[in-house]
Amino acid sequence: MNPSITLATARRILTQLRHDHRTVALMTLVPTLVMILLYYVMDDERSFAQWAPVLLCVFPFLVMFLVTSIATLRERTSGTLERLMAMPLGKLDLLVGYGLAFGLMACAQVALALTVSLTWLGLDLPGSLWPLVLVAVLNALLGTSLGLLCSAFARTEFQAVQLMPVVMIPQILLGGILVPRAQMAALLEWISDVLPMSYAIEAMKDAAMGDDLGGEFWRDILVVAGCVLLALVLGAATLRRRTP
Amino acid sequence: MMNLSEPAVSVRDLRVSRGGVEVLHGLTFEVPRGQVTGLLGPSGCGKTTLIRSIVGVQVVAGGEVSVLGEPAGSPALRRLIGYSTQSPAVYRDLSVRENLRYFASVLGAPRDDADRVLEEVGLAEAAGQLGGTLSGGQLTRASLAVALLGRPELIILDEPTVGLDPVLRQELWLLFHGLAARGVTLLVSSHVMDEAARCDRLLVLRQGAILADGTPASLREHTGTTDLEEAFLRLIEETTAA
Repeated sequence: MNPSITLATARRILTQLRHDHRTVALMTLVPTLVMILLYYVMDDERSFAQWAPVLLCVFPFLVMFLVTSIATLRERTSGTLERLMAMPLGKLDLLVGYGLAFGLMACAQVALALTVSLTWLGLDLPGSLWPLVLVAVLNALLGTSLGLLCSAFARTEFQAVQLMPVVMIPQILLGGILVPRAQMAALLEWISDVLPMSYAIEAMKDAAMGDDLGGEFWRDILVVAGCVLLALVLGAATLRRRTP
Repeated sequence: MMNLSEPAVSVRDLRVSRGGVEVLHGLTFEVPRGQVTGLLGPSGCGKTTLIRSIVGVQVVAGGEVSVLGEPAGSPALRRLIGYSTQSPAVYRDLSVRENLRYFASVLGAPRDDADRVLEEVGLAEAAGQLGGTLSGGQLTRASLAVALLGRPELIILDEPTVGLDPVLRQELWLLFHGLAARGVTLLVSSHVMDEAARCDRLLVLRQGAILADGTPASLREHTGTTDLEEAFLRLIEETTAA
């Protein structure tokens, strides 16, 4: 890895986004618009306060997964990946470059959704704000790194889009949002235990409750961060300099 | 690394299979330094596979490929080879200059290198245009420009002049020979025989095997014709008769 190549890659991806106003608008505005929709659907401060953090965590995750898997697939099919693989660019330069660029986009996404929720929608968080922001941004990075990894298994855009429900929906169903994890059948709970999203959701719940953030919160944060790194390293392993 | 007596590329008994079918059947040849070598042959004869093997991005089944004294694909070679694929590999959602600046920074080339290569391929007036809005010929040149960034010792171009008008082709061939005069080695593939005459040396490939390896003059002499297209057809007759 070479920091100047990593940064140049992140800058290049952000420049690509800058030329694509519609994608930037969709990425930054949609979570906020969905938050507003949620507020009026719930029509009750307490339910909104319960669901808003969930949305704040799940949305960056979904969006970043989709955007990243399509972006890397495009890199493969356009021949630019082969060109880069013949150049002195480390595999992690590319992956971390994507992580940085989309992580930054996720910060903008979360910042806007939170600002609107806390002001206009009157969301009241009992604790401080930063743990929730930390979880949301980490979730976006998790989406990005899983998207990078999964795009290796998709040959076409159709396949890449289909991977989203395959990877995401089970994680959300088993993550303890709809049914507490402890109430699941043993087998499902075991599966839930190995899915990174379960830890992200636990951390989000702690952050939203505003209780004293103890060792469990930090353990969950570390697990999610570890999964981000693991997915990046596995993603690097799936990138091949030589192809058949 | 710059040793002029040694060939730029040396290939021994190279075999490559794609999709379970052997497409290169034990090629052996050398590419001399400081010259423009043309890689010619009909489409589907294995030119791109051979080029990819030399660049080091192709999985090979057997044989040895050595480039500038190193095994093909060595990390040290990644700064020394300029490579342009057949379909233009540039970002369609970046301007031409942004594309070049990015690739220049990956190569560790100076920032103003982008403007130099834009000038060389005659794309300076389109520098601010997005890749996706370029014409086919402009896109080809943008992709070619990337291969010229930095200080490559070996430039490998897969069909760089497809879809270009005669004036532009003439200019690019002048550029290629100018680079060769400075000691750069060029390997340029083409499926049109009229480009063969512009090369210092020819490597003719057919159905994954080498049909001819020599200068255009020696090829004409061998086949007893002045026209290279005719020479190519006679070579095929010769091999099928044998």
